[in-house]
Amino acid sequence: MAHFDEKAKPFSNQWMNDRLAVDTVKKVLSTEYWIPKNINFLWAMGMILAATFGLLIVSGIFLVMYYQPDTKTAFDSVNYTIMTEVGYGWLWRHIHGVAASVVFLIIYIHMFTGIYYGSYKKGREMIWLTGMLLFVLFSAEAFSGYMLPWGQMSYWAGMVITNLFGGFTKDFLGGIGNIQALVEWIRGDYVPGQAFLSRFFMLHVFLLPLVIMGVIVLHFAALRIPHVNNQDGEEVDFEKSARLYKEGNKKESEVIPFNPVFLSKDIFVMGIYFVLFFYLVFYHFEFAMDPVNFDPADGLKTPAHIYPEWYFLWSYEILRPFPFNVGLVAFGFAQVAFFLLPFLDRSPNVAPANRRGLFGIWFWLMLIDMIVLTIMGKLPPEGVWNVIGFVAALTFIILFILLPFITKTEKKA
Amino acid sequence: MKEFKILAVVAFFTLVTYWGVEPFAHSQMHKHVESNNFSYDGKADIEEASKAIEVAKNITDANKKAKVLDAANKKLADKKAFWAEVSQVSKLKGNAAAGEASFAACMACHNGSGANMGGVIPPKLDNAGSLYDKNYLIALIKDPAMASNVDHKYDNTMMHPMGTVKTMITAPQQIADVVEFIKTKKVVKLTPQVAFEDACGRCHANRYGNLTQLGTTPKFKTEQEALTHRVKVLDEQDKIKAYMGKLPPDLSIIDRARSANFMETFIQDPQSQLPGTSMPRVGLSKDGYAMVQAYLEKTGDPSKEARHALGPWVIVFFIIFTMLAYLWKKSQWKDLH
Ligand code: HEC
Ligand code: HEC
Ligand code: HEM
Repeated sequence: MAHFDEKAKPFSNQWMNDRLAVDTVKKVLSTEYWIPKNINFLWAMGMILAATFGLLIVSGIFLVMYYQPDTKTAFDSVNYTIMTEVGYGWLWRHIHGVAASVVFLIIYIHMFTGIYYGSYKKGREMIWLTGMLLFVLFSAEAFSGYMLPWGQMSYWAGMVITNLFGGFTKDFLGGIGNIQALVEWIRGDYVPGQAFLSRFFMLHVFLLPLVIMGVIVLHFAALRIPHVNNQDGEEVDFEKSARLYKEGNKKESEVIPFNPVFLSKDIFVMGIYFVLFFYLVFYHFEFAMDPVNFDPADGLKTPAHIYPEWYFLWSYEILRPFPFNVGLVAFGFAQVAFFLLPFLDRSPNVAPANRRGLFGIWFWLMLIDMIVLTIMGKLPPEGVWNVIGFVAALTFIILFILLPFITKTEKKA
Repeated sequence: MKEFKILAVVAFFTLVTYWGVEPFAHSQMHKHVESNNFSYDGKADIEEASKAIEVAKNITDANKKAKVLDAANKKLADKKAFWAEVSQVSKLKGNAAAGEASFAACMACHNGSGANMGGVIPPKLDNAGSLYDKNYLIALIKDPAMASNVDHKYDNTMMHPMGTVKTMITAPQQIADVVEFIKTKKVVKLTPQVAFEDACGRCHANRYGNLTQLGTTPKFKTEQEALTHRVKVLDEQDKIKAYMGKLPPDLSIIDRARSANFMETFIQDPQSQLPGTSMPRVGLSKDGYAMVQAYLEKTGDPSKEARHALGPWVIVFFIIFTMLAYLWKKSQWKDLH
């Protein structure tokens, strides 16, 4: 049994320390969690993601009090009950919708920041992998949420995406890779219906948020030991810098404590973000809610254009320009490619992409290629759009294949 | 400063992506139809008929081609003649007093009894002067099917449920008189809901506005009464289905589902957006459409007012929050460099 101060008053600092080591925890997670000083606002994206996730949870809790997961009433429970009968229901709905879209913009900025500064390697692999896991979970969360209003796009996007789990077409190698049964198992029916809606409701409001919260904790834990990277990819001597800082030599020290110094900047960046965010919520929310989804689901009427939300478009476009079976392989590749990044990058350097020769070109090409894929993914697959999409999809694959070779030639800086 | 440069790069790529997936993609997915500004001169109808001729010319089977081409040529000639006559009548000076007598013929059907006639309940005409355009009314009395651009559904446009009007009011002056009467005596201060009920309500329900094709659904004391009413609505809908080929969609939230350009041009000429559709043109005047549109916005986007009332406060709150955060950040970072 550890030593207890018998005289400590209940809930006094000493009493809490004896039981929960609050001072130590505070130091480890906050006041002596050292962050390099040499960072820019892109390092606030992680906290902005955490805050946006918080908004999604809070607004989601209000929505779920009135949402009805029944194919007959789901559409009206969202579009009528929540929008007109529930006090501020429209506000919660618009916050939820805008946050669900904007969170992906911030995730992409956060990811490309990591890629640009090489923050996914040399001790930071687990940060990257847990981050990618969060990306996949958020994708599933967004997709399941999109089913809930049970509009035309819910239904048809649900149909198209679950179809992908059927694997290859029946005529491919005698149907060996065709697993139609899996599609029906996922849907709980031959086509999306009540069983489908109920289970995606469960996933969206229970299982996935729970897992996401767990993985966020893991992501933060993965950060604690390697610490975050910095603008120049320098290896910071954290012990020496921490000592300097604590001695008051703040100018010479290369680090700052997470709380309150780093946090004060995070919160300032968050303020700017919230101004923009609420501008979107009040004056420009339509971009986050597709018009087609305001037509109620109708299994007999295929919409003229079926496309996923903007954040899935790049991977959708890697699927689309190829013949189906080839496209499915390319699509599978796109889903795992970013997981492999820390292992495909063979260079020993951690530095901003612009100082890494060929890798710098690779980075900007990849960014532009993904934007081209995103735009082509929404356009009707006709004529020149199809050609551009095809080239961009090939470019994506080739860039990943080339990555180990071009990073291998990089000299140690 | 470096941070601003980074911000500019992030903003640039974000805006390019936004432009690509929103304005640009939508401009490519939906054809843009020019609005005819709620004037009805048959321009679109004649263009459509000319296009049909071009299509007919591409038919390979010589026999079929000759037949289709013949029909298409005749259609074009009919359309041109029809709208030329409408324009002639439009120039005549109408006499409202004389028109009132002929208007009695209209009341034979538009009597407010709520009885279905050939597929729909004829709309009330009490507000017709405010709701409909003058040229359109002239065209409608001359030939309802031609006016509303659904003549392709009929071998003989007499078969249109209002077709017999062609035999009741025939002389150009007589038409001009009735229209003058409607445009001067059947005017009221329109309200959004009445405009919707008169113009669209015989075909389209609006459940968020508590409207069926039989009008506002009253509160019922017993379940039996409610069910009896429900059966009546279903019967009416069956008749509309038989007439239109399908049940016209509920328009509760169409305001969010279709663009403003689509709605405006679709009402003026449904064929321009959905070729072959059975929905007739509704010849609304500009003001009439504004009222219908106001109703659709009310049921489809009911939070607009509340948004505009609350929005500025929330944004001002976060601007102040950001300024305070900036001061805090400055004080925390002041002796770091
Ligand atoms: C034989 C019965 C009958 C007579 C007579 C008749 N109507 Fe109609 N009218 C109808 C019906 C039925 C409709 C609905 C047609 C539809 O929705 O397709 C209609 C529709 C209309 C509309 C709405 C058109 C639109 O595009 O939405 C107007 C306006 C109208 N009538 C005016 C008149 C006027 C003015 C007269 C007299 C000159 C008249 N009607 C005489 C049966 C009649
Ligand atoms: C005589 C019946 C009738 C009247 C009156 C009528 N409509 Fe329609 N409407 C239809 C039918 C039928 C359809 C289905 C068309 C189709 O799918 O081809 C339709 C479809 C629509 C659509 C959906 C088009 C789409 O993209 O699928 C809109 C929007 C619409 N109507 C608006 C209106 C408005 C607004 C009015 C009143 C100003 C009106 N309609 C009056 C019969 C009518
Ligand atoms: C969606 C939920 C996510 C949350 C809440 C989150 C949160 C955070 C936070 C708070 C940080 C530290 C501060 C910062 O550098 O921004 C961070 C760092 C990091 N995250 Fe995430 N993240 C998420 C998703 C992702 C994704 C999808 C990836 C990419 C696969 C990722 C990769 C990284 C990397 C590599 C770092 C380290 C950055 C560095 O060392 O400079 N994260 N994350």
